[in-house]
Amino acid sequence: MDSSISTEKSDVAIAAHAAHAHEEDHAGNSMFGFIVFLLSESVIFLSFFAGYILLKTTTPDWLPAGVSGLEVSKPAINTVVLVSSSFVAYFAERALKQNNLLVFRLLWLLTMAMGIYFLAGQAIEWSELEFGFGDGVYGGMFYLLTGFHGLHVLTGVLLMGIMLAKSFVPNNYAGGHTGVDATSLFWHFVDVIWIILFVLIYIWQ
Amino acid sequence: MTNVPVEGIKIPDIAHPEPQNNWRKYFSFSTDHKVIGIQYLVTSFVFFLIGGLLSMVIRAELITPPADLIDRTLYNSMFTMHGTIMIFLWIFPSLVGLANYLVPLMIGARDMAFPRLNAAAFWMVPVFGILLMTSYFLPSGTAQAGWWSYPPVSTQNPTDSVITGEFIWILAVAISGVSSIMGAVNFVTTIVRMRAPGMTYFRMPAYVWTVLSAQLIQLAALPALTAGAIMLLFDAAAGTAFFNPEKGGNPVLFQHFFWFYSHPAVYVMVLPIFGVFSEIFPVYSRKPLFGYKVVAVSSLLISGVSVLVWVHHMYASGTPGWMRMLFMASTMLVAVPTGIKVFAWVATIWKGKLRLDTPMLFCLGALLMFVFAGVTGVMLASVPIDIHVNNTYFVVGHFHYIVFGTITMGMFAALYHWFPKMTGRMYFEGLGKVHFILAFIGTNLCFLPMHLAGLHGMVRRVSSYDPEFAFSNVLASLGGFLLGMSTIPFILNMVGSWAQGKPAPDNPWRAIGLEWLVSSPPPVENFEALPIVVSGPYGYGKSDPLVENAAALKEG
Ligand code: HEM
Ligand SMILES: [Cu+2]
Repeated sequence: MDSSISTEKSDVAIAAHAAHAHEEDHAGNSMFGFIVFLLSESVIFLSFFAGYILLKTTTPDWLPAGVSGLEVSKPAINTVVLVSSSFVAYFAERALKQNNLLVFRLLWLLTMAMGIYFLAGQAIEWSELEFGFGDGVYGGMFYLLTGFHGLHVLTGVLLMGIMLAKSFVPNNYAGGHTGVDATSLFWHFVDVIWIILFVLIYIWQ
Repeated sequence: MTNVPVEGIKIPDIAHPEPQNNWRKYFSFSTDHKVIGIQYLVTSFVFFLIGGLLSMVIRAELITPPADLIDRTLYNSMFTMHGTIMIFLWIFPSLVGLANYLVPLMIGARDMAFPRLNAAAFWMVPVFGILLMTSYFLPSGTAQAGWWSYPPVSTQNPTDSVITGEFIWILAVAISGVSSIMGAVNFVTTIVRMRAPGMTYFRMPAYVWTVLSAQLIQLAALPALTAGAIMLLFDAAAGTAFFNPEKGGNPVLFQHFFWFYSHPAVYVMVLPIFGVFSEIFPVYSRKPLFGYKVVAVSSLLISGVSVLVWVHHMYASGTPGWMRMLFMASTMLVAVPTGIKVFAWVATIWKGKLRLDTPMLFCLGALLMFVFAGVTGVMLASVPIDIHVNNTYFVVGHFHYIVFGTITMGMFAALYHWFPKMTGRMYFEGLGKVHFILAFIGTNLCFLPMHLAGLHGMVRRVSSYDPEFAFSNVLASLGGFLLGMSTIPFILNMVGSWAQGKPAPDNPWRAIGLEWLVSSPPPVENFEALPIVVSGPYGYGKSDPLVENAAALKEG
């Protein structure tokens, strides 16, 4: 019934269709939806944190035999890099808003580099540790939390790579910068989670 | 707030391709919310039949005290798969399907906010459904640890398989979770940002409020189960010790994760049915919904309280006394907003001109059984009673009055009520009434005696029992078989009416609501011009128009 009419669309019908498409604020919807999603995603981390706190406070032999704890200084440097990268991302986003594409790309690339530095630092730390995933609740929790967070950092870096590549597509920003805004927001989110994680795992030993 | 002005006309974007106007569109990656809604409903109903078949086997085993029909391990697999299928593949997807169909129409939107995400979320359902089914062909058989999958039972691997049924189970539940979160993001965005001009929050039908409340629960609580499931998966497959007490882990932690989600999840399931009640009672009583605003807000209250009560499933899990007291109090608190709703429905029906068509019959039956389940629920919330009946058939009886008596019956009510809108055809009233009578008697015959058996101490999840309980079990099995039979008139009715039913007018029930102002079935993109809403819902007995531009909503 509907298809027969719509296949022979008159100009009027096409105009009406175009009007429909623009009744909606697609970019606004996407950003709103993404924020809702991030709030929900944060509950996974909150659950892991709650589990960590519960297990840490109730497990009799928290550290596996022969493990004395974690070295803090290198992860602290890593933390500083990751947290500062959030500011870099912020300035990148601002440059884009001012239509300064070159500065945007440079700062964006710097953010990515800092993210990769963080990941590399974590990989090195993992390789030097004396305990593994299966070593007691402690080992499991450590790798679970850092690994799950690391996966988010990796996702962030990949998203930034996509956004960077897209910035070379002509007319990419005709419809706004929702993609960059959302990626940047995601990056701040990943940072905030890391700060909590750092306090829980490294400071509170 | 919901709309940006139309500025200039650009090239039409073909975000919503028009699907072919025949049955094939239901097998395509359609992005029309109405097609997706029906895809969800039909798919979930197929799984309802599969889950139902398993329950027939369970009831056949239990009709006699000894375990004489099937092997005990197979029995474990039967109730695990029955519960999992009914919850994750019938109740959840069917409710999402109904909401998919109705919400955009009810708020005056052309579609969901993210149509492609919507389609992707749907197509995950058959994927994880089939995935779950494949576990029947594994050497280990299916998961056997019940729908709640508690460790250490769930982390055992007696057949020493690489891929166990439990592994598949966790994977399937995880995909279901991803699909649910995608759906929830979509619903919340749609309801908050896509309402038609004039459709303020307090002009939304109560059903939309319940969907919003339910989907907020999904967003806030489902990730806790995801967290627990990830850890369980590592325990089972990678040798971690999160829930393994032998290596210092804590199995009760899993129970917290599980119930932090799965208690609120029962409200994800029941809230939209409360919404269905709030839509259907006014139509068939010809009266406005009593206390609409309070009913609307009480849904959000229920969501809020529902995340604070989960430990009532764990009274017997070594929970300390103070915690039991706390959760006993919070659980009983849920009864308050729930009671408000029941009061409002009764007041709506009270002295109305009742029209006992099939949807109304199902709603009345469901309300009655819900009140009963609420009473047994409050009994279970009380620690001294629960310690006595925990893990017995009393609990099974309680929640089946909800999941079958209330949710499934309410879903049938909704299907009959909106069938003319969805298909453009009327269903056969006589068959509908037969369905109702069989289902109503069947439900009570099956689940009422379970309370008795439970009070006398018959534990759940066993395939043999003391002959003392034989009488209750014979009744329950007969009721179960009756329920199985009750699906036959339903299927005949749905299939027969869709093919041959009388053509339905736009508004066969003289109901008030945006969905009834467009044709049956509504066209792609629903409205020719967006409705401009000028009054609240449920204007029964008044003559205020609902929209300013009723004539412009429909084409031609
Ligand atoms: C006034 C409202 C309600 C109260 C106070 C209540 C209370 C309870 C309590 C205390 C239990 C735990 C019993 C035990 O395991 O020993 C329970 C079990 C259960 N309830 Fe309710 N309930 C209520 C409504 C509901 C609703 C609306 C649903 C579903 C939509 C529901 C579904 C369930 C299920 C599925 C179980 C059993 C889960 C299992 O053990 O497998 N209940 N209820
Ligand atoms: Cu509960």
